[in-house]
Amino acid sequence: MLKLEHISFNVPSEQGRKEIIHDVSLEMEDGKFVVVTGPNGGGKSTLAKLIMGIEKPTSGRIYFDGKDITDSNVTERAKMGISFAFQQPVRFKGIQVLDLIRLAARKQLSPADACQYLSEVGLCARDYINREVNGSLSGGELKRIEIAQVLARGTKLSVFDEPEAGIDLWSFQNLIRVFEHMREVTDGSILIISHQERILNIADEIVVIADGTVTSRGPKDEILPKLLGTSSAVGLCSAFNGGEE
Amino acid sequence: MIDEIQRRLLREIADLHSVPEGAYNIRTNGELASRATTANIDIVSKTDVSGIDIYIKDGTKNESVHIPVVLSKSGLKELVYNDFHIGEDCDVTIVAGCGISNCGNQDSEHDGIHRFYVGKGSHVRYIEKHYGEGDGTGKRLLNPGTEVYMEENSTMEMEMVQIKGVDSTVRTNKAELKAGAKLLVRERLMTHGDQYAESIYVANLNGEGASADIVSRSVAKDNSFQKFDSRIVGNAPCSGHTECDAIIMGNAKILAIPQLEANNIDAALIHEAAIGKIAGEQLVKLMTLGLTAEEAEEQIVNGFLK
Repeated sequence: MLKLEHISFNVPSEQGRKEIIHDVSLEMEDGKFVVVTGPNGGGKSTLAKLIMGIEKPTSGRIYFDGKDITDSNVTERAKMGISFAFQQPVRFKGIQVLDLIRLAARKQLSPADACQYLSEVGLCARDYINREVNGSLSGGELKRIEIAQVLARGTKLSVFDEPEAGIDLWSFQNLIRVFEHMREVTDGSILIISHQERILNIADEIVVIADGTVTSRGPKDEILPKLLGTSSAVGLCSAFNGGEE
Repeated sequence: MIDEIQRRLLREIADLHSVPEGAYNIRTNGELASRATTANIDIVSKTDVSGIDIYIKDGTKNESVHIPVVLSKSGLKELVYNDFHIGEDCDVTIVAGCGISNCGNQDSEHDGIHRFYVGKGSHVRYIEKHYGEGDGTGKRLLNPGTEVYMEENSTMEMEMVQIKGVDSTVRTNKAELKAGAKLLVRERLMTHGDQYAESIYVANLNGEGASADIVSRSVAKDNSFQKFDSRIVGNAPCSGHTECDAIIMGNAKILAIPQLEANNIDAALIHEAAIGKIAGEQLVKLMTLGLTAEEAEEQIVNGFLK
């Protein structure tokens, strides 16, 4: 359903151009749960943005359901069925949680229906539905609201960029349950950028990206054992202790 | 008689779909169109100048007064004085507002001066909306003024809204607060085209425990100009806060001048001002939900002004 063909992406730098992604080719099948991991700065988030169309590749093609979407913009890709959860959820003045859930669902949901999505991500919906999506919400709350929007969209492909980044340990444990649940019930394909061992553990397939290229990929049982103990698969405690177990 | 254009203007400025409940005074094209009073609220036309006196008896609770003005004739200019005499221990809502529909080629102008005398312990909610429409070359001009005189422990909440269609506005607002009086102002403004909008606020906190909170949220589009000039003067132990938060778009210009003057060591005053364009990441975020860039911009502006 998603196919990346020889994707490269570079940005201007002092030495001319800096390559962030180098000749990456990947294929993702329908209904699969794929986790992309690898060291920080390896190009994982950039890859997620290239899929959503937030960044445009310098060369290579991207196909979605057999259609070349390389030149499609973010709106067009969203309408075709790609969702994206930001690593750092964007804040708005005046826009309420209910507004975003309604926009995501593309219909005038009743507050009760919108609340269901919030409940799924473990938020007591009544307390949140009319809150503004601004700095009054914590990182963990924003993250869950971000995920609730992806659930409300219910698209063929959902991309999550480091759902564990910037949230506290307690929130993250709850978040993992959300993904475990999603794994069981969803029909669509899920692509998560993550270092988290517990998220890697529920993957069908793991892709390791380092220095802008795919260094290994394969079924979880094959890849995960090789990653344990490295920065590509950190345990819950080490993630919150700067890598020290 | 109220015609269809005037009816539409009334809907825009006062959410009025039929005759309002309670006391009201509807003015159309410079003349009284209809009026109602209640046992507690009386409305009397002034004899020396154009305008009305509104008398609200002590202890009047949960009542409302609507005094909308609509202009649908091109070339009409008027200056009106409306004075509100609010007794003690009242709790009332006042809805004012002006709608101009100008399809002609002459300028239409309504300048309304509202004076409020708020009695001890009374709570007043004041809502003022401005709206303009019409594709004529004549300009739609509004220059409202408010003066608020607040007795001890009274509260005044003012909601000032001007979302579109008014070519030029200079809004002048002045408030004098005695001990324990509380002033809350929420201004929402959107200008577009070549519009000009100026808001001037001066709040004098004269008694112990007086407080003022004056907040403006605005969006300036196209070639429009906005000026927000808000000044809080602390003459006693008091607290004051004024804030301007603006989104700038196109070739618009915004000037924000929050000012504080403390004349007492226990006057605690704060001001904030921020002007910025719509953040690119906000647009991208809404586009990932399937909105076009234009739709995303509209959502961001609507949310901001909500």
